[in-house]
Amino acid sequence: MSSTDGTTAPRKIVIDPVTRVEGHGKVTIRLDAAGAVEDARFHVVEFRGFERFIQGRMYWEVPLVIQRLCGICPVSHHLAAAKAMDQIAGVDRVPPTADKMRRLMHYGQVLQSNALHIFHLASPDLLFGFDAPPEKRNIIAVLERYPEIGKWAIFIRKFGQEVIKATGGRKIHPTSAIPGGVNQNLAIADRDALRARVGEIISWCTAALEHHKGYVAANRVLHESFATFPSAFMSITGEGGVMDLYDGTLRVIDAEGKALIDGASPASYRDHLIEEVRSWSYLKFPHLRGFGGDDGWYRVGPLAQINCCSAIDTPLAEAARRDFMAVGGGHPVNATLAYHWARLIVLVHCAEKIEQLLFDDDLQGTDLRAEGTRREEGIAWIEAPRGTLIHHYTVDKNDQVRSANLIVSTTHNNEAMNRAVKQVAKADLSGQEITEGLLNHIEVAIRAFDPCLSCATHALGQMPLIVTLEDASGAVIAREVRQ
Amino acid sequence: MSTMAAPTVRPRVLVLGYGNRGRQDDGLGPEVAGAVAALRWPGVTTWENDQLTLEDSIEVAAHDVVFFVDAAREGPAPFALTPLAPSLTISFTSHLLTPETLLAIARQQFCAAPEAHLLAIRGHAFAFQEGLTVEATCNFRLAFAALRERIAALRRAAA
Repeated sequence: MSSTDGTTAPRKIVIDPVTRVEGHGKVTIRLDAAGAVEDARFHVVEFRGFERFIQGRMYWEVPLVIQRLCGICPVSHHLAAAKAMDQIAGVDRVPPTADKMRRLMHYGQVLQSNALHIFHLASPDLLFGFDAPPEKRNIIAVLERYPEIGKWAIFIRKFGQEVIKATGGRKIHPTSAIPGGVNQNLAIADRDALRARVGEIISWCTAALEHHKGYVAANRVLHESFATFPSAFMSITGEGGVMDLYDGTLRVIDAEGKALIDGASPASYRDHLIEEVRSWSYLKFPHLRGFGGDDGWYRVGPLAQINCCSAIDTPLAEAARRDFMAVGGGHPVNATLAYHWARLIVLVHCAEKIEQLLFDDDLQGTDLRAEGTRREEGIAWIEAPRGTLIHHYTVDKNDQVRSANLIVSTTHNNEAMNRAVKQVAKADLSGQEITEGLLNHIEVAIRAFDPCLSCATHALGQMPLIVTLEDASGAVIAREVRQ
Repeated sequence: MSTMAAPTVRPRVLVLGYGNRGRQDDGLGPEVAGAVAALRWPGVTTWENDQLTLEDSIEVAAHDVVFFVDAAREGPAPFALTPLAPSLTISFTSHLLTPETLLAIARQQFCAAPEAHLLAIRGHAFAFQEGLTVEATCNFRLAFAALRERIAALRRAAA
């Protein structure tokens, strides 16, 4: 898996692609002449072509078409696009039934996606150790060794998918969010079926959170030190700074918790964010306007969602948030591995919000859609499972999409992921040999961000793990393929 | 809470077509699942998704025969139909579950061991574009005909 050529010239070690993330990426580690890590980069090698793909589409088609961007979080794109198309349709506020149907769908999506990550992707690393062999660190091993966690993995995800199906018509690519509202309310039979299960789901989510807190307590030093660095954080928050994953204004805080931006509206995103392009990655590097690329980068996702909000409006998640924030002693929690803890708090929050909504009679309302005067531009955001997702469209007089700009969560985290990789590489990969265990640490650091790199095709034969060692000129001097 | 009520007519057949219709020939799996669904045969359930997921094991466990249908970047054209066995070995990824792994989960979690096959249909292009290529369309027709006959034979044998 690793190799050196015995020379003292600078060299590059490439891990391609990173495993167990959606899409493809590769890591390049550059060693200096002394064998120490000089630089590390997390590349994105697959071009995201969807912004061009949807040009020319009728604007009302976009919430449906855009979902094909991602097989993991299509609902987030569906809803972000629908919110942007509300603007195009001239609707600033959809009817309460539509708002709550969308919210219920969104909580179902975040629930199942966070469950996917924590149980499928992260739990093998956490339960078996970062250095356990790859054949050990997988969900099957988790199912064998921890059958209760296996049950949570399957049935929390399934419940989230059922919520999506009940609110969106389909559990993978929902169709219900349309410009100005929704095209269905929640059927009584679906509501009752979900009501019957939601209490158990909340108890399982809470149990998973408690289990993870036990892991943190038993591995405190690792948890607080692994790939940890201070940073700013960005998230949408609701009124009064309360957590709101569906809608709100933008808050950015620095590493000490001081607000850098607060109360920003979607339409102003370009006043606050700049997307920088770098030659070696298809993924852009957004940063805060006025701070520069070196100082203006930030993190998004569950860790930011918890750090940025001032409270959570569901009791179990709020209690968990207070426990979590106590770790930071009044400051944001900066530990990269704390993403997992935060993700579980959000998981609990979503389950609680689903329960709240299932007992809200507005979901059976019949006023589903508002109308307005057509506009040419729509901008919206949402807190997707991996963080802030921004959709920006312009539409011509023929109702066709003229332009689209999407800033997905993983793009926001681009600089942070690079820093995490570099930090781990510097801590663990100095020297002349790279072990499989050390490479695993890099993957663990990247996985904490739960990156979604592209709309992954998965056709048979496409997903080997390729490890390449290149010299300074780019020539490959060693290569390993793990099918 | 099952999304797909398992049929009562035996053999209970599941056709699980997976892939992304927005990526050209990656949509071969869903295309086949859709074509089988259009037959409306009793006892035959179809499901399409971008990828296999852990909870699909619930549906797999509820059927007697499962056909996993996927696009193939490499391998024989127009298609290959091969039997599958449960396997707990995952080489490097548990995010993209293989059919063998899903079968292993079904066996481990639900004590179910359906007969299973992989229908791998050769695709040729996987760019951001809807619709199959001409070559893949030809492969689809041949693969679908073979699958339809295979399922028909299962139903005749059970009659």
